[in-house]
This record gives sequence, C-alpha cells and structure tokens, in this order.
Amino acid sequence: MNLFVEGILWALDPSHYGGRNGIETRVEQHLLISLGVLAVASLIAIPLGYAIGHTGRGRSLAIGVSGAIRALPTLGLLIIIALIVNVGLLAPFIALVVLAIPSVLAGAYAGFEAVDRRAIDAARAVGMTELQIVGRVEAPLGLPLLIGGLRTASLQVIATAVLADYVGGGGLGHFIFLGLKTNDYPQMLAGSIIVIVLAIASEAVFSIVQRLVVPAGVSAGRPQDVRVRSTRSRTAPG
Amino acid sequence: MIEFCSVTKQFPGGTLVVEDFSLVIPSRKTTVLVGSSGSGKTTLLRMINRMVDPTSGRIEIDGEDTALLEPVALRRRIGYVMQNSGLLPHLTVINNVATVPVLNRVPKKQARQDALLLLDTVGLDRSLADRYPSQLSGGQQQRVGVARGLAADPNILLMDEPFGAVDPIVRAELQTELLRLQTELDKTVVFVTHDIDEAFLLGDQVVILEKGGRIAQVGSPTEILSAPATDFVATFIGADRGKRELSIRSSPSGDILVDADGRAAGVLIDSAGGPAL
Repeated sequence: MNLFVEGILWALDPSHYGGRNGIETRVEQHLLISLGVLAVASLIAIPLGYAIGHTGRGRSLAIGVSGAIRALPTLGLLIIIALIVNVGLLAPFIALVVLAIPSVLAGAYAGFEAVDRRAIDAARAVGMTELQIVGRVEAPLGLPLLIGGLRTASLQVIATAVLADYVGGGGLGHFIFLGLKTNDYPQMLAGSIIVIVLAIASEAVFSIVQRLVVPAGVSAGRPQDVRVRSTRSRTAPG
Repeated sequence: MIEFCSVTKQFPGGTLVVEDFSLVIPSRKTTVLVGSSGSGKTTLLRMINRMVDPTSGRIEIDGEDTALLEPVALRRRIGYVMQNSGLLPHLTVINNVATVPVLNRVPKKQARQDALLLLDTVGLDRSLADRYPSQLSGGQQQRVGVARGLAADPNILLMDEPFGAVDPIVRAELQTELLRLQTELDKTVVFVTHDIDEAFLLGDQVVILEKGGRIAQVGSPTEILSAPATDFVATFIGADRGKRELSIRSSPSGDILVDADGRAAGVLIDSAGGPAL
C-alpha cells in the first residue's frame, strides 16, 4: 500500500472525526480563518482598489507595493508578527491578510480599468456624480475581474492557512505539523489532501460565481441569440 | 440662449484648443459647429455642460454663468448625445433611457413609462425595450442615445458627432428624424460635426471653425453658401472646387445638374415638385 493511499485512508478513518482535533472541526476552523481573512482583506483592498481604478492615481505605487508584499515570505512574516503580538490566531490572521491584499487590490482596480472609457464619460455627461459612476457603472462592469482577484486570493489563503497552526492558530495545519513531529506521514498527507480538496472546491465555487456576475448586457451576444426578457441567465463569456 | 464670452481653453501641456471664442447660440434653433479635427468643436460643446471647464472667459445659459452652477445638476438638465451612443452596456435599452430621470428620483414606474414614450418619439419599437445595447444595430443604438438625451426633457440638447459612426443610409435616416424631432420638440440644439453637408442640412445657424476655435464664418446655410467669407470657408464648403456651382446640362435621358467639373450632382425639379421640362 503506497503512502498516498494511506493518506486517503487516514482522512477517511471515522476515528479521526469528532472532538477538538477531529477533521471536521479542523476543516471548519480552516474555512473560518480563510473566510475571515478574505473578508478583512476585501474591506481594505476593495475600497483602495476602487479609488485607484476610478481616479487612475496611485496605480504605479500600488503595483510596486503589491509586488513587494507578494515577495514577502509568509512564514517569515508570520513569525515576526507572532513575536510582536504573541502566539494564537492573530499573527497568522494578519500575515494571511497581507498575503491576500495584492490579489484583491489588483482585481479591484483592473476591473475598473477594463471599463470602456466612453461609457464612463457618457455616465458623467448625463449627470452622474462620481460616486454614482463608481456604484452604477464601474463596480458592476468590473465585478468579474474583482471576483477573479478574490479567487486567486482565496486559493492562496486556503493553501497558506496551514501555517496558522504553526503558532497555535488552529486549522488543518495541525495534522501536517503533528505528523511532521511524530513521523506520521499518512497523517501529514491526509492534512495536505484535505487542504488540496478545499482549494479545488474554492476554485470551483469562484469560477461559477465569476460567470454569474458577468452583467447580462455584456455576455448577451449577437442579435440572433437575443433574450427578450431581461433574464440574468448567463452564458460563459468568450 | 447660450453665450460664449471670450472663452479660452488651454489643456495641460500648453495646447491652446480654443482661443478667445465668442458666440451667441439662439434658443430653440439648431446651431451646428463644424470644422476639421483640431478645431476645438467638441471642446466647445463639452464646455456648455462643464465636462470641460474654460481656462478663461465665461459661458452663460440664459444669462446665468455656468461656472457658478453645480456641474452635476447642470448636466442633468442638458441632454447629451455622443458618438458611438455611449450607452451603458449592462443596462437594458429602457433603463439606459431612464438613467437621468432615475437619478433625479423620478419613481421607477413613471420613469419606465416615460421612457417607453420616448422610444416611440425616436421611432424605436417598444419590443426593443428589454434588450441590451450590444444586441442593437448602430443606428438603433444612436436612437436610444437620442432618447436618453431627451429623457429629462431638457431645453438644451448637445450632440457630439452623433451620426458619425453609422453608414450613410442610416445616417440620412437619422438626420431626417432629427429634423422631424426638432420641429416637434423645439429644443436648443448644439450639434458638432465635421461633415459640412450635415451642417447645412441640420443647422439654422452654422458656425465654421478654423484651428484653435477661430470662427471663420457664422450664418445660415444660405448666407454661407451664397457668400463664403474667406478662402478657408470656400475651401471647406467645396465652393473653390466648383462643388457648389451647379448648372443644367441636357442628356439623352433628361436634364441634369452638374457641378463645375461636369460631374452629375442631381436633377432639377420645378417648384411644383415634378421634374422640370
């Protein structure tokens, strides 16, 4: 029996479910951490990205800073933060938010930049305020790219959130770090496999959402496949 | 009445697009600004609704200095129709037309009702109401653009080369429609084009612009055609090439009008409407 099969069997073993260190508990923690990180990163990066995309100012600064942040090794960052704020969930949470911000930021401003300038000019010319242009024109038209940014961020965060347990923050890292310490490779592998499954599931969910948010008028094609009712039933773009 | 009082516009970088421009645009008439690229005609148009602010000088609407008006409020009471329709791609035709009334907090149902009436006004079938701009032809999109421009029932309608991107047949159709609309609606229309024939067709007052927004000549089409003020105007309207000097020539199939080069330009009909004999 090879190691890979052992890992799968470990993940399916009923005795590894239930209790504080049960797989389902750890999955739940892992997902909660990831969602929380995405939410906080979005709160920071989306308004910032919208501001950059709308005004066209600060773009090169944002690219530079994003690049620098992306180059930071998350493990190193985690340890530095943990030394400052102590062990627990806060340090990995901050490190993961820092990891997620560049992708979300890029999605937000790229979405705005992709909007046809003439549509924005027209919106302004008929008397929309700048906020209305953002809310009624740029945000809906830029949404697919923003979701794309969230998709990338989500993948990175789910994969990297195993580090949380390195400093006692919980999540699926538990099985990997425990397995490593005790030479229990099936357990390590089981942890990895579950993380991979979550990552693939996240990709699947986001790719569906990404299709759903393409505005109907943009995906609606040539006159021969006209939908007379304003359904938002969606065909995949291009 | 819209009045430009020695308006100058210098873009950042120093290009002087419009220099010391003064003009009175009468109410309830169509004024056409015509000139080649670089004549500043679009800039002049966009200064009326403050999409562009002048570097110096004043623009008054019915005696009110527009610089003192809030741009957003000003734009909502001025209709604007642009080239390539400028429709919002994610909104249906009806919602595009109702954009401004909805911004002005007209109840949604009412705005929708009014928008349907406007589709009738611009000659669009109501069955198109729930389609998206990408599902319409260029001519239909342009009609939707006009309907949107009229939605807030503005006194002033600004049109920036609205028929520039459609084919000649559709363009002629839209031009005729605009003439019909204008007799019905009686708006102050300011129209920008580089097509002198379009200018003569639509304009009560035609303003021929040279580089830097200098006025070469202002007048009715008749005045300009009968007495071009300068060589530039003569060249621009084609008078120097004999395009405007028509004469009758007999041909086996009947009399035709030819220009100075002898090219056929049309047929002569008598005032009763039939072909001249």
